[in-house]
Amino acid sequence: MNSLILVAVLLLLSAIGYQFGRKRALAGTGGEIRGLHSLPGYYGAYVALWCALPALLVIAIWLSAQGGIVDSLLIAGLPASAQTLSTGELSLLLSDIRNLASGDITSRTPSPMVLAAAERYNDLRSTGFAAMVVVGLALGMAGFFFGWRAINPEFRARPRVERIVHWALIVASAIAILTTIGIVMSLLFESIRFFSRVSPVEFLFGLNWSPQTALRAEQVGSTGAFGAVPIFAGTFLITIIAMLVAVPVGLFSAIYMAEYASPRFRAIIKPILEILAGIPTVVYGFFAALTIAPFFRGFGESIGLDVASESALAAGVVMGIMIIPFVSSLSDDVINAVPQSLRDGSFAMGATHSETIRQVIIPAALPGIVGSVLLATSRAIGETMIVVMAAGLASNLTANPLEAVTTVTVQIVTLLVGDQEFDSSKTLAAFALGLVLFVITLCLNVIALSVVRKYREKYD
Amino acid sequence: MTDAAMSEDNTPKELEAALEKAPETEAVKALPIKVRATDVNVFYGDNHALKDVTIDIPEHRVTAFIGPSGCGKSTFLRCINRMNDTIDICRIEGKIEIDDRDIYDRSIDVVQLRAKVGMVFQKPNPFPKSIYDNIAYGPRIHGMVAGKTDTDEMVEASLKRAGLWAEVKDRLAQPGTSLSGGQQQRLCIARAIAVSPQVILMDEPCSALDPIATARIEELIDELRRNFTIVIVTHSMQQAARVSQKTAFFHLGVLVEQGNTEQIFTNPVDKRTQDYITGRFG
Repeated sequence: MNSLILVAVLLLLSAIGYQFGRKRALAGTGGEIRGLHSLPGYYGAYVALWCALPALLVIAIWLSAQGGIVDSLLIAGLPASAQTLSTGELSLLLSDIRNLASGDITSRTPSPMVLAAAERYNDLRSTGFAAMVVVGLALGMAGFFFGWRAINPEFRARPRVERIVHWALIVASAIAILTTIGIVMSLLFESIRFFSRVSPVEFLFGLNWSPQTALRAEQVGSTGAFGAVPIFAGTFLITIIAMLVAVPVGLFSAIYMAEYASPRFRAIIKPILEILAGIPTVVYGFFAALTIAPFFRGFGESIGLDVASESALAAGVVMGIMIIPFVSSLSDDVINAVPQSLRDGSFAMGATHSETIRQVIIPAALPGIVGSVLLATSRAIGETMIVVMAAGLASNLTANPLEAVTTVTVQIVTLLVGDQEFDSSKTLAAFALGLVLFVITLCLNVIALSVVRKYREKYD
Repeated sequence: MTDAAMSEDNTPKELEAALEKAPETEAVKALPIKVRATDVNVFYGDNHALKDVTIDIPEHRVTAFIGPSGCGKSTFLRCINRMNDTIDICRIEGKIEIDDRDIYDRSIDVVQLRAKVGMVFQKPNPFPKSIYDNIAYGPRIHGMVAGKTDTDEMVEASLKRAGLWAEVKDRLAQPGTSLSGGQQQRLCIARAIAVSPQVILMDEPCSALDPIATARIEELIDELRRNFTIVIVTHSMQQAARVSQKTAFFHLGVLVEQGNTEQIFTNPVDKRTQDYITGRFG
């Protein structure tokens, strides 16, 4: 019997509890539902929750605490010679004992001490598990009877059950928030470690990015330069190119779909445009690297321009194509949401369709359009795969879109890919870059949301 | 207010009282005809919404369309400035002439037609712009104003004619939506008259307004008819009696009866008209 079976038994018990709770409530009024305070299902749910919740909570806590308690008991039971081992050796010994206990291969031939300890370990674990089963089942039964006894026709089951649901909802949203906080914290702590080695001023304002550090003293290579300006400049250059592609194309296709296209055409075209959003970015990446970049280079040659094989232009254009659906789909929705009465009002003034779109519909839909553009921008800034494949690795402080540049996300990837030690300035730099990137996209999202909110209040 | 609630207090006595207060109800027939509709049929897909409507609308008078919901009166109103063109499944047969020109003729530009035939809607629908820009919108797109002083004058004149100038002259830069419902509706009327139309169509202009705002709009309609030909759709029979000189009663897509407002309300010829205005159905 393992923990999963125990959980299944408890759930079965609570299902039975549901039926019993229902029955008892109905029996109290002789089967008359209207005589009950709450619907019968609430009484059932009340008993079921009492059955399952306390027991499952205790089991969860037990499982998370058991490992540590068993380990410390095991160590306490080891002979004195083992007690004095260093932490590293002790944890090696413990893992030997555990492996032996579960029948796995150990790192050395087991000594009698380890064999004895493995036996003790198994004993401790099975005792602990048996105790958990007993406590869990006892709590489940106790909850069953407690909930079941409380039920009578006047008993207010609905508010209690709904309060539990209320808490369940709070927990669900807390998980999302806590995860975000966790991610930010891990970024923050690693960044602080980085900034204790490299000054934030150098990082934020330095013009030279060369994160490779020499491994051996005689190696040609540098001590590493961590000026992030060139790679942020590269990021913004590519993002601007992407928005120059995505905003006009996306907005115009949204206007066409919302205002001019027949409903049948729109029903076909809109899903097709949204397929663009479903293409994996890695596919866009090799599209950029193998098709668009050589095309730009060849075209540049034919008109006498020197275009790098990995250019900001190619990466930016493909990224722009990738985010067209974000702009067009969201803008299409907001344009459709402009009330028909405004269109009628404008048409009735003798305005043409294009005058109506330019002077009435676009201004009314503007907050939503701005919001969609800003969301697309933060998507473009955070995009990785396309730029890894098509933009290049050389950090290059330039405004010329025909040259190769590199972006923040590309640098993070190259700093962390492969076997890396996680305490050098080079790898820690990735976290600092991630933090700055996160702050930038966060600011963009906040601005987007506040713009949307401000103008929505004004026009509705 | 619902139709049922309206018709409940529509006893003939009250109607007569309303008629006595109404402006002079001179003979309609002698006046020049502004809009002439002949055998108009409207279909929404397979639904025959309007059947053989023939009516003359006199110049510089208020013509009211009354009838129960879904009787086709708004549909007919929207035919007069071709607003039904925006509905794909809508098909119109017959002839509607304004100043003896068929407005469904291919030589007619619908944009110019709508500049000549303005419209005010049931729910006030100011554009998401300032009060000033709401009024200036029409004159600007039709190239009727040149320069700022010209536009200023146009805006002031239109707002004055709509009786809104005194209330908004200090806050022309505020959004049109910041006004109250009744003010918004007068803004929409000012917006419509800013392009100097000849005919103004009003589709239940007071149904979203309180009685005081309604009274102001009704006064305004009475003033406006000196310069414009007005066609109004209304659910309120007192309103039709108060503001109009000619009334047409629609029922189930058929124009049942038309004539001088006084005659329709005091001495209806058709049994259905009589039943409707005495509140027996509708």
